[in-house]
Amino acid sequence: MPQHFHRSMNTISKMMIFGGVFIIGFGAWLALEINRSANVTDVQIAKAQPVQFSHQHHVAGLGIECRYCHTSVENSHFANVPPISTCMNCHQQIWFGAQMLEPVRTAWKTGKALEWQRVHNLGDYVFFNHGVHVQKGIGCVSCHGRVDKMQLISKAEPLTMEWCLNCHRNPEQFLRPKDKVFDMEWKADNQLELGRKLKAEYKIEPARNLTSCSTCHH
Amino acid sequence: MSDNHQPLESLQAKLRNKTGREYWRGLEDIVSNPESHDAFSQEFPRQASLLGDALDRRHFLKIMGASFGLAGLTACSAYPEDKHIVPYVKAPEEIVPGKPLFFASSFTLGGVATGVLVESHMGRPTKIEGNPDHPASLGATDLFAQASILTLYDPDRSQTSRYYGDFRPYDTFLRDLRKHLEETKPKQGEGFRILTETITSPTLAGQIRKLLADYPKAMWHQFEPAGRDAAREGSKLAFGSYVETVYKFDKADVVVSLDADFLANGVGSVRYARDFSARRRARKGIKELSRLYMVECVPTATGTVADHRIAVKPSEVAAMANAIAVGLGVNTGKPAAAPSTHAKLVESIVKDLQASKGKSLFIVGDYQPAALHALAHAVNQALGNVGSTLVYTDSIEAEPTNQLESLKKLVADMNGGAVETLLILEGNPVYTAPADLDFAGALKKVKLAIHLSLYFDETSAQCHWHIPSTHPLESWGDARAFDGTITVQQPLIAPLYSDTKSPLEVLAAFGYQFNLSSYDVVRTFWQQNLNKLMTGASTPVNGAVPVSTGTASAPPPPPAGEGKVQVGQNGTGLLSDFDKVWRRAVHDGFLAASSFAPKTVTPGGNLAEAMSKLPAISGTEIAFRPDPTVYDGRFSNNGWLQETPKTRTKLTWDNAAIMSFKTAAAKGLKNEDVVTLSVNGRTVKGTVLIVPSHPDDSITAYLGYGRERAGVVGNKAGFNAYTLRTTGGLWSAGGVTVSATGETYRLACTQMHWEIEASEALRRRELVQTATLKEYLDHPAFAKTEFDDPKARKLTMFQPVDDYAAERYAWGMVIDLASCMACNACVVACTAENNIPVVGKEEVLRQREMHWMRIDQYYAGDIASADLEVHVQPVMCQHCEMAPCELVCPVAATTHSPEGINEMTYNRCVGTKYCANNCPYKVRRFNFLHYADYDTPSLKLGRNPDVTVRSRGVMEKCTYCIQRINAARIEAEKETRLILDGEVVTACQAVCPAEAIVFGNLNDKNSQISKLVAEPSNYGLLAELNVRPRTSYMAKVRNVNSELPQPKTTAAARKAEHGSHGEGDHGGSEHGATPSGEHKSESTSGPKAEPGKAEPSKAGH
Repeated sequence: MPQHFHRSMNTISKMMIFGGVFIIGFGAWLALEINRSANVTDVQIAKAQPVQFSHQHHVAGLGIECRYCHTSVENSHFANVPPISTCMNCHQQIWFGAQMLEPVRTAWKTGKALEWQRVHNLGDYVFFNHGVHVQKGIGCVSCHGRVDKMQLISKAEPLTMEWCLNCHRNPEQFLRPKDKVFDMEWKADNQLELGRKLKAEYKIEPARNLTSCSTCHH
Repeated sequence: MSDNHQPLESLQAKLRNKTGREYWRGLEDIVSNPESHDAFSQEFPRQASLLGDALDRRHFLKIMGASFGLAGLTACSAYPEDKHIVPYVKAPEEIVPGKPLFFASSFTLGGVATGVLVESHMGRPTKIEGNPDHPASLGATDLFAQASILTLYDPDRSQTSRYYGDFRPYDTFLRDLRKHLEETKPKQGEGFRILTETITSPTLAGQIRKLLADYPKAMWHQFEPAGRDAAREGSKLAFGSYVETVYKFDKADVVVSLDADFLANGVGSVRYARDFSARRRARKGIKELSRLYMVECVPTATGTVADHRIAVKPSEVAAMANAIAVGLGVNTGKPAAAPSTHAKLVESIVKDLQASKGKSLFIVGDYQPAALHALAHAVNQALGNVGSTLVYTDSIEAEPTNQLESLKKLVADMNGGAVETLLILEGNPVYTAPADLDFAGALKKVKLAIHLSLYFDETSAQCHWHIPSTHPLESWGDARAFDGTITVQQPLIAPLYSDTKSPLEVLAAFGYQFNLSSYDVVRTFWQQNLNKLMTGASTPVNGAVPVSTGTASAPPPPPAGEGKVQVGQNGTGLLSDFDKVWRRAVHDGFLAASSFAPKTVTPGGNLAEAMSKLPAISGTEIAFRPDPTVYDGRFSNNGWLQETPKTRTKLTWDNAAIMSFKTAAAKGLKNEDVVTLSVNGRTVKGTVLIVPSHPDDSITAYLGYGRERAGVVGNKAGFNAYTLRTTGGLWSAGGVTVSATGETYRLACTQMHWEIEASEALRRRELVQTATLKEYLDHPAFAKTEFDDPKARKLTMFQPVDDYAAERYAWGMVIDLASCMACNACVVACTAENNIPVVGKEEVLRQREMHWMRIDQYYAGDIASADLEVHVQPVMCQHCEMAPCELVCPVAATTHSPEGINEMTYNRCVGTKYCANNCPYKVRRFNFLHYADYDTPSLKLGRNPDVTVRSRGVMEKCTYCIQRINAARIEAEKETRLILDGEVVTACQAVCPAEAIVFGNLNDKNSQISKLVAEPSNYGLLAELNVRPRTSYMAKVRNVNSELPQPKTTAAARKAEHGSHGEGDHGGSEHGATPSGEHKSESTSGPKAEPGKAEPSKAGH
């Protein structure tokens, strides 16, 4: 009976078997990397908004504090996007006729709200609370990046669970004095040393509590 | 439940031979019928059958292949898709986006209000809680109030006005109405009739009276299907006028209830459950409990907590009442002829009542004849209870009347052509009116019939005009509570459908005020009548409720028309005196000082004559009762209520011809046989459901089923018992014939579902632990075993557990079995709080109901007797410290939090169901078929935004309301403090009228729960498995009359097992299995096995 396979098949099959491990491994790595890429997470990708609102101009340029607009950030789980009336506090006087503000004025006149595109978006099974983070000394900049340098708002961080856990495991990397929470530029001289001190002072729960599933999922 | 058609004798014999357990769930337990038992012993039975019979190898491989191929897909979910943020244009005051607000409002059933607080998320009401300041609630509600949220968002609600069934705008109705009024006015309203249900609302009654003044010849009729005619007429018989009886159960040592389900049904039941259960808890230092004798003719919730429960035929209730009354020396004109089997009981009751004069209560149910109510008044007078355990007040109804007579007159006039215009304000008389009146036939003779109702129902279909009604959470109103407190009905949301009108608005239109809002109506009425409304007592009944400050001595309101001071939105303008009272009342939810003062009544009336007129009933009897979940049919379209297993019968989605085993056997019937029931020539087809503990030779039929136009949920479910109900026998009738049709009909009864099957552990300890008060006092720790000690480190195959004592919080729950009466309020509250889906009857039949908590029901006693003991036990996830479920999860979707909570992470679950298979308590629920409704827009509004809406293929279970814990934790963390005791209240705990559920931090030694856990009667369910459950139970201690036969308790059984624990045997146990000779020999194991003396903390070293 003639041989079914040519002798070279020995080498090929060995290569396929051992190579397969690498190919599958590479594939898995690739899939994970793609999943972490901006393509999926939208990091630094701005979205079209009804008004091209510039945080850079309002925060860095005019020096308006975060809480002037995002009023509920310290109390609620949701850091609210301000009502049109907040915009109109200034824009009834300043840049009243600007073409750019037309949608705002229309909303103000008609009472029909603007629909902003959500930029920082979590799964429905994640229950994130702004209030407790802010009050426990996590600065805005830690998650949202240098908003004062963003012409158009975009995500600075991937907001993946891996990323959340990075801080929940070691919050001292990011804790800051409570009066510096809204400061975009503040940096500690020795973050880890300060973080450890603040962690004790704020009575932050140990990592095993902060990383238990029900902390965020219920 | 399937086939239990066995001779009674054999069942009895088997029970005697202890083939089954002492405490059994269904007949299968006793007969140990392997086949029927197996069907339910699997965690998820009947799965395989869904694949069909032709499951050959090829088919199997195909399915396996497809499953593997698709397995990966089920794990995929879309990355959070694009969403919008839509901020307000002008933000309303007080709303902080993301934070719920609570508003006081009221829930009205049968016309009577219970104060509630409604949780509102960004303007959407999502959950109802009791109003802690309201005397009828004290923070609790019943299941109907809980479920009314779903009714609000029910897509089947009527949304537009209709004329002859066709959609017409409301304006067209107003045009027609105006024309019609012009014709009616000159006739002074002759031929104009209004039909309402019971009305306690001062404003609504005021409006009707005003209308009647404008049309002097018009008439107002009332008919409440589950009405209280008997109680009303009874008071008239006794005192010559309609008075209300308000009970004070917290002051009663002995309560005798004759068919009065006062804990779960009827006026004030929520408050009464609180007062009653406060006297029922055996705790350290408490030597006395109150005692309840329950004589019932239908299965009631109250019967489950009774110390002595006797089941008699409906007609025998009168005999029992009479015998007790005669024994107490009340002249009833009848000899004491109680059923001879109960002679001893009657004697003991009489003795007990006489021994506690002034501290007892004799109560007759709303559905017993008026003469018995008069009898009860006479008995309570004779016992000196008036003024101490009960008070009389003015009737809380705006216009108390004999409603049956009122309806009869209306129908007679309709038939006589005297009714031209009929305005039906809510209610569904075509469906609910007594069958012999033929309301539908009479309605055809009315020239203009207008029906205001929430649904386009049976009555709407027969009326010319149908006006959709607003839900109570959409409109203003008011109503009185059981003690007369005027409760404000505050809307939480603008009407979902613009055409809907409240009764106040429709009545205003009849008074030519076509566009008056319900707010204006209520406020104006209050302003004009505040003096009258506030002349009530300044102290609420039982004195437990603090009266809001400043209003009790409010000066008289300004005269009508003057007080129109508008309160400036920004604090400008001065508040008028009325405004202060009004704002306070709206804020508090009720008008302070509006409850009725006790009233002095003069007994009179001829009791003997009334008693002699009681009809003689013979033959098999049928009792009609409002359904435990859908009431009189008004909640038929509410899926939450339909799926709630009914108290005592555990039936869902249907009603049935409920009868005892003996009766069924005598008639040759089995469970699920379809029978024809006929009473006086009226027949209906129903399905047999055998319920142990049901009285013999009697059938219970719940009303509210067999609806034609309830909506998609309620249509065609069950049979219409109203078709048998006539004016002569509203609540019971004799001479029923039952004949089998040969057909069968599946009933989705959950009694045998989720059965705890841990045979090894059960040999050590029954699931329900009971004792008589005497046994408890002799041996308080009767329920404990060495496994209840958290420190006992037994050999375990599990990895050693964390030391939870080092944590800030160790969450736990305690459930009091002595207080729980299975009213199901917790089950519905849990459904509302945790977005639990409704699965439907078919899925319930497959044991796939999703309720995170269930209420198990066990019987004890002789199967042949109707006087079985009934024990109920709420079971939800026990949050075991060494949880078996966690060990078998391949993806770590169920894990343990450092605080001891067994977490379920939905987004990680892949649906292997291993956890459920490994759970000894059977508390895990698997979402087989995408049960949650993701599509209906209105239902989306009602979901709790703090809880994930689970999808298909995911396991779920009780989380201890983790969202509430986290909310409290976040508030505490912000202030860098610990969560205080009582700050976290789970949904089931909050709603429980009997305060049977306590939740809290076990690491806080001063917390309420720590004190309960330290009680000797605390025990852990299946703690013998060494899973260390965090939920524990307080054993059921009953204050049994020592003169009567003693029940077999687990305490007595353990005593027999372990020998005597006390110095002398003064237990008085008549338990034959306690051989007196063995008492002194301390049996078997050492100190650990003697939990009687052991302080829990000392038991294991």
